[in-house]
Amino acid sequence: MMYNFAIDPLLTGKVLWTPLLIVLLKVVVVFAVGLVATMLMVWFERKVIAGMQNRIGPNKAGPFGILQTLADGIKLFFKEDLIPERSDRFVFKLAPYLAFVPAFLTFAIIPLGGDFRGDNDGLVTWFGQQTRVQLADPPIGILFALAISSIAIYGIMLAGWSSGSKYPLLGSVRASAQMVSYEAALGLSVAAVVLVSGTLSTSGIVARQSSLGNWNVIVTGIVPFFIFMIAATAELNRPPFDLVEAEQELVGGFNTEYASLRFALFYLAEFMNTVTMSALIVTLFFGGPQPISVGSLTVDIPIIGNAFEGTIWLLLKVLVFLYIYVWFRATLPRFRYDQLMDLGWKVLIPASLGWFILLAAQRVGQDAGWDRYVVTIATVLILLVCYSLLALAQRTSENERKRDGVMF
Amino acid sequence: MSEFLRSYLVVVWFGLAAFLVGSLLLGISALLRPNNPTSEKLLSYESGVDPVGDGWSQSQIRYYVFALLFVIFDVEAVFIFPWATQLERYGGFGLVEMAVFVAVLVLGLVYAWRKGVLRWV
Amino acid sequence: MGLFVFVCAAAMVLVGAVGVVTRNNPVHAALSLVLTLFGIAVLFVANNAHFLAAVQVIVYAGAIVVLFLFVIMLLGVDQAEDLSLEPLTVQRPLALVVSIGVTGVIIAAVLKSQDALFARGTGIDSATLQDADANIRQLSRSIFTDYVFAFEVTSVLLLIAVVGTVVMSRRQHGQHVEESV
Repeated sequence: MMYNFAIDPLLTGKVLWTPLLIVLLKVVVVFAVGLVATMLMVWFERKVIAGMQNRIGPNKAGPFGILQTLADGIKLFFKEDLIPERSDRFVFKLAPYLAFVPAFLTFAIIPLGGDFRGDNDGLVTWFGQQTRVQLADPPIGILFALAISSIAIYGIMLAGWSSGSKYPLLGSVRASAQMVSYEAALGLSVAAVVLVSGTLSTSGIVARQSSLGNWNVIVTGIVPFFIFMIAATAELNRPPFDLVEAEQELVGGFNTEYASLRFALFYLAEFMNTVTMSALIVTLFFGGPQPISVGSLTVDIPIIGNAFEGTIWLLLKVLVFLYIYVWFRATLPRFRYDQLMDLGWKVLIPASLGWFILLAAQRVGQDAGWDRYVVTIATVLILLVCYSLLALAQRTSENERKRDGVMF
Repeated sequence: MSEFLRSYLVVVWFGLAAFLVGSLLLGISALLRPNNPTSEKLLSYESGVDPVGDGWSQSQIRYYVFALLFVIFDVEAVFIFPWATQLERYGGFGLVEMAVFVAVLVLGLVYAWRKGVLRWV
Repeated sequence: MGLFVFVCAAAMVLVGAVGVVTRNNPVHAALSLVLTLFGIAVLFVANNAHFLAAVQVIVYAGAIVVLFLFVIMLLGVDQAEDLSLEPLTVQRPLALVVSIGVTGVIIAAVLKSQDALFARGTGIDSATLQDADANIRQLSRSIFTDYVFAFEVTSVLLLIAVVGTVVMSRRQHGQHVEESV
C-alpha cells in the first residue's frame, strides 16, 4: 500500500485521475482563497476602522493600500526571530502551528458555493464528476467545526505557557478560560440549529434554508443566532472580548514573546478565524451560498452560472459579518473579566439551554399534534420556574457575599 | 474504502498543506533573516526591567472551577446532538428524558451559582 | 488501505502513551495524551464511527486535557519533578505489582477471547442503512431505549462532580489566600 501513496492521495487502490484532479484543485483553490481572504480581511479591517475614526488608513502600498498586509508580512519575514532563554523551546515552536493549522481546517467543511436550488442539493458537475463546492462533507460537519475550535485553544494556551514569562502566561490562562466558557454556549446554540435541520452535515444544513423564511435565523427564533454571534466573538478573542491582549494590562497578551514570522502566523490565524467564523455564521443561520428568495421570487444574478452565483452570495453575506466585526471593534469598549464570565455563564448558557428546550418542545408538540398554545404556555411556565430558581441562587449568593466578604 | 473516509483524507491533506506552508515560510525566513542573539535580547519581557522571579507562577483555582463546569456542559452538548437530529423519532418520551437530563445539570449550575463560585472577584 | 490507517493511528496512540509515561514535564505529558486521543479518534473514523470520533476530540482533547492543563498551571509544577524524592515510599513497589497484575489480566483476556478477535462484529450498521447519519441514529436509539436509565444517571454523576468541585474550591470563612495570577 505504501508504494502508491505518493501518487494516490485518496488511497482508492487505483489512481482515478479526474477525482484526484478535482481534489487537488479544491485543496489548492481553497487554500489560496483562505490566505488571500485573510490578507484582504486585515486590510479591510484597517481601512474600515480608519474610516470610522476619521483617518485615512493604509494608502501607500498598492491601490488603496490593498497590499499593506503583504508589505507587513515581508517586513516580518526579514525580522530577527528570538526564542527567549527561559522558554520551553519545543512547545514554543509548536504553538504557532497549533494556532495556524486549525484556523485553516475549519474552512474545509464550509460550503463555498454550489447550486442548492430545486433538487440540485448543492451538487455541481465538474469534468463529468458530481461534486460539492466544499473541500469535505463529513456527516458530522458541524461537530468537526466545534472540535477544531476546541483544538484552537491549545495554540493560545501553550504559546503563553511556553514563553516562560509572566504577561504571556497571564494572557493565555485568561484566554483559555474565556474560550472554554463561551465554547459551551457556542455548542448549545449550534444544537438549536441541528434541532431544526435534523442533520449535522453543513451541506445538509444549507440545503434546508431554501428561502428567506426558511433561514435558520428565523426558524430558530433569532435568539440562538445572537448567542452564537456573541459566543463566536468571544471565541475569536475579538473586541469587545479581547481581554487576551489587553495592552494596558498584559502588554501583547499570549504572544508577547513571539517575534518575526512566528508572530505573523498567530496574526494570520486570528484573522483567518474571523473569516471562517463569519462563514460559519452564514452557513448555520443565513443560508450559506443560497440566494435570497422570498416565496417563489428569487433574486438571481444573471449571466453567471448558479454554482458560482452561490459563491458570490456567500461572499456578500460573509462581508456583512466581517463588517459587523470591525464595527464592534470600533464601537464597543472592552469587557471587564468578571463581566465576561458573568455574561458567559449566567446569561448565555442558561438562555441557550432554555431556548433549546422551548424549541424542542414546540417541534415535538407540532409532530404529536398537541395544542400549540398549551405547549408554549407550559414550557414558558417551566422556564420561568427555572429562571426564578436562578434568580434565587443569585440573590442568595449576593447576600452571602455581603455577609462574609470574598470567599475564595 | 468508504466515501466518508475519503473526505477525511482530503481534510488530512489540507491540514498537511497548511503545516507545510507554515514550515516553508519559517524555513525560508530562517535563511534570510539576521540572527545575532545577545543575552539581553533573550530575556523575558517585563516592561523594560529585568525579570523578577520565575516566569511560571501558579494560577488561581477559579480557572479550574470554570474548566470543570465546561467539561460538564460539553458532555451535555454531546448528549444533546444525537437527540436533536432524531427529535421526531422519540417524541414526548425523548423530550421528557432530555428535559430531566438538562434540569439536573442546570441544578449543578444553580448550586455553583448559589455558592458564589461563578463570581469572578 | 484500512491497514495503513490503522498502523498510523496505532503508532500515534502508542507514541502518545509512551510520551505520557516518560516525559518529565507535565505539560509535555498532557500534549502526548492529546496525541493518543487523536489516534483513537482516527481509529473511530476508520470504523465509520464519525460521531464518536468527533466526541472523542471535543470532549477528551478539547475539554478534559484542557482541564488537566488548568490543574497543572494551578499547581505550578512546570519544571521537571525531582524524581529522587519519594513522598510515598510504598508507591513504587505497589505500582510494579499493579502493573504486572494489569498486564497479566489483559494477556489472559486476550488469550481467553482469541476467537472473538477474528470474528467480525456487527458494529455500526452503515452498510445496510446506506446513510451518513446511521451512526448517530443507532447511538440515539441506544441512549433512548436500552440505556435510558444510564443516560439519566450520567447527569447525576456530572452533578456530583460540580458539587465536589464547589465544595473543594471554597475556603472557610475569613481564610484569605494570597492571590496569584
